Amino acid sequence: MITGRFFVAGADRRIAITIFILLAAAVVVPVLNLAVAPTSAFYIPPYIVALTGKYLCYALLALALDLVWGYCGILSLGHGAFFALGGYAMGMYLMRQIGSRGVYGNPILPDFMVFLNYKELPWFWTGFDHFWFAALMVLAVPGLLAFIFGWFAFRSRVTGVYLSIITQAMTYALLLAFFRNDMGFGGNNGLTDFKDILGFNVQADAMRSALFAASAATLALAVFVTAAIVRSKYGKLLMAVRDAESRTRFLGWRAENVKLFAFTVSAIMAGIAGALYVPQVGIINPGEFEPSNSIEVVIWTAVGGRGTIVGPIIGALLVNAGKSWFTGMLPEVWLFALGGLFVAVTLLLPKGIVGMWDSWRGKAKALRAAAPAADAGVDPEAPELKIVRSAARAPGAWSAAGPEPQPAE
Amino acid sequence: MTSQVGRIAEWPHDPRPLPGRVSPRPGKILKPRKPLKTTMLLLRAIGLMLLLTMANLSPSEAAEADLRATIAKFATAANFSAIEAVVRELAASGDPMVERPLSALADGNLYIRKADTGVFVGKEAGDAVGLLDPLSGEKAADAAKADLTKIKVNNGLRRVIRDALGTLTLRAKDPGVRLAAAATMFKTPDAANIEPLDAAIAAETAPGVKALFKQARAASVLVSDKPDADKLAAISVIAARGDRDAVSLLTSVEASAQGAVKEAASAAIGAINSTLAVWDAGQNIWYGISLGSVLLLAAIGLAITFGVMGVINMAHGEMVMLGAYTTFVVQQVIRTSFPGLFDWSLVIALPLAFLVSALVGLAIERGVIRFLYGRPLETLLATWGVSLILQQAVRSIFGPTNQEVGNPSWMSGSFDVGQLAVTWNRLWILAFALTVFAVLLYVMKRTPWGLQMRAVTANRRMAASMGIRTPWVDALTFALGSGIAGIAGVALSQIDNVSPNLGRGYIIDSFMVVVFGGVGNLWGTLVGAFSLGIVNKVLEPYAGAVLGKIVVLVLIILFIQKRPRGLFALKGRAVEA
Repeated sequence: MITGRFFVAGADRRIAITIFILLAAAVVVPVLNLAVAPTSAFYIPPYIVALTGKYLCYALLALALDLVWGYCGILSLGHGAFFALGGYAMGMYLMRQIGSRGVYGNPILPDFMVFLNYKELPWFWTGFDHFWFAALMVLAVPGLLAFIFGWFAFRSRVTGVYLSIITQAMTYALLLAFFRNDMGFGGNNGLTDFKDILGFNVQADAMRSALFAASAATLALAVFVTAAIVRSKYGKLLMAVRDAESRTRFLGWRAENVKLFAFTVSAIMAGIAGALYVPQVGIINPGEFEPSNSIEVVIWTAVGGRGTIVGPIIGALLVNAGKSWFTGMLPEVWLFALGGLFVAVTLLLPKGIVGMWDSWRGKAKALRAAAPAADAGVDPEAPELKIVRSAARAPGAWSAAGPEPQPAE
Repeated sequence: MTSQVGRIAEWPHDPRPLPGRVSPRPGKILKPRKPLKTTMLLLRAIGLMLLLTMANLSPSEAAEADLRATIAKFATAANFSAIEAVVRELAASGDPMVERPLSALADGNLYIRKADTGVFVGKEAGDAVGLLDPLSGEKAADAAKADLTKIKVNNGLRRVIRDALGTLTLRAKDPGVRLAAAATMFKTPDAANIEPLDAAIAAETAPGVKALFKQARAASVLVSDKPDADKLAAISVIAARGDRDAVSLLTSVEASAQGAVKEAASAAIGAINSTLAVWDAGQNIWYGISLGSVLLLAAIGLAITFGVMGVINMAHGEMVMLGAYTTFVVQQVIRTSFPGLFDWSLVIALPLAFLVSALVGLAIERGVIRFLYGRPLETLLATWGVSLILQQAVRSIFGPTNQEVGNPSWMSGSFDVGQLAVTWNRLWILAFALTVFAVLLYVMKRTPWGLQMRAVTANRRMAASMGIRTPWVDALTFALGSGIAGIAGVALSQIDNVSPNLGRGYIIDSFMVVVFGGVGNLWGTLVGAFSLGIVNKVLEPYAGAVLGKIVVLVLIILFIQKRPRGLFALKGRAVEA
């Protein structure tokens, strides 16, 4: 009990620190980029701002996946689809902002539509000239898709690997669909060549810094929201569904509703991440729906530590920094490294970096607590048992007990 | 490569390449179809007979002497028109023997020896040129390139030669050659063809060839300025043919003709099109069955590892890829060391591919998966990592580009059933997929090993208590599933591009097939593969290839909602575990 309370208190402090760091970065990085002279040692060049801004979007996506996978046990291999849908919604807004500055100079139709002989804007493009509408769609489209998909899937109790495979099929189907030219989303080339966002040049340094700040602030907000969800009574229910779905159901809870809520919230978070990502990289194309992208998100979360809030952020930043470094230095080796990471993390680090750190800290504390207890004549094994229990809060621990399926499942 | 060189060496024996012979896939080595090979053999036999009889028969000897005299004129022909005159003279002789010098001339392989102005068919080998007798094809002498003059040809001359050979081949001894000539004439109708065709029809005895001659004649009549009555008769002849070539021919007639001819042509087109629609449906179903067999091959190994063992192997596609690359390596070795064995390359590759993939599978199971039993999501991630490593390894060794895997002769070409074109490789793959399925079913249901596999799947602890070494059964089952994926790779290398990404394209489809058919049920996989294949191909003409595939994916997703355990679900207590 005591260690349990300490665990929560420690987690609280950690989340507060994370939010603080993110908010500080949202202020400091733009200042260091814009207000400091380029010759100064503290100057942050714009490409670093853009790169880290991109990583923060990835971190948000990883956090979204962590909510469903780490806390609810749903391994979604289709979160890239929600990310890309949010990105497309933002991309459509940005396309409309180009106006008559496109290559063909058509004030209404984006370039690719002129090229493909569209006579008028397709109905689903109406409204995307307003930012508020696009912002609404960034939330609504992924959310709605997740809701409908989850509604069917969770109701018919598609669980575990089957769910993973059909989420993968979903993103694959969307990939094929968005590759089609007559879908009206730019086909193979996607949406690109953006000019303005909210009236400001999307490629200006100030705008890049602003987008970075927005990403950091949004991530901080997402950390706060996720932490609030996880620590509420509903969060306990989420973890109950993760650890023993049948038991939760027998106790009278509707497991499918619990999952549906988490899945939808997570999809909306992924959509926001995509919307922030697109103006920073300047393009969105069907490649974002690639199933391998979605699986890569899973490894970010796994490396950092699923079932923790800080873990996925650390994982996304580390893996992507590694990817940037490798693809620049040793492009041949990157896939070996990524593949090795998948294998190593699942075999050696099932709880991820943060999870390992936690259990190491927990063990060290328990040892320290055990020493006086042993002096007092208490059984030194007792604290150990408690640790095992607290470790079981982390996902995967229940199944690490042995290769046999647990009786509860 | 060697086979190609070998074929060029045999070129003088070869009749003109059959028109319309196309490589089954771009980038593939052109290999003669079956009929061509028999044609070659026949021609050789004929040549031999001619040689044997020539010594005794004076008339043919006299004819040959005449031909030789004509061929000798090449040496004195100063310009292209003079050469053309010689070609026409040779063609006018109507003797099938002139085919050899004429085709050599068209290919630029006819030489004049400077020393004695003798005309020979040359076979280049480095700096030297092997000289062959222009009529008999026997080796006459060797000469250095410098001692020879090549007879030059231009495109106009090549056309003359081709036409001359076309008419000549109408009277060739081999029915296959005559058929090919008639088919060319049908496709390129010319009023000038009517006369030789009339003569050929009168002389022809084989009914199949005669019918095609008549159709070719009818096509030629339609482009000539003959009276309408003749043209109407010609239209009815062509309408009886009833295929797409007939439609395209009649459409051009309809566009240019007037009055009764135009009406008759459009009526014939309508009639042909309605029968073609039925054949098209049949063709779509055949394509569907063919796609189904490919899906079955790709999924059947997964039905073992995922269906029976419950292991999610995302590296399954890479096992298929390894099988395909094994085929490539085997063919590479055969091409460089044992060119004669090329037709056997797939048979040799099968066990090797099985071994390679099974060993890699065994290594994956022992090295990674066995630590993850009971944790399917982690297994999925770890095997995905393995798949990335395998892909990059193959890319580093063989390069990222597509590798060339050839079809052995018995797998190339096609035959027609009515209006249905059935390619040999697809048919073999269908037969192969069904064989693999049957063997696997036998192994699972009738052998002690299969029994142990099923026992371990049903109840691991009980099986272990009965003395079954469950870790070994796990490892061997996984190796079996991977090995099957490897031999699937051998088959798929024949119809798909062999690149490091080969497996990626199949992994989602394979999972769909297994999940749709019902996990743990081989028959479900069979039914799943064929129904998905057929639905996909039947939808394709209406929805387009991509949309058809999307529709199928969405249908499967909806289907899994309805029946989460697939079409043929296992029943019983083990299911929920």
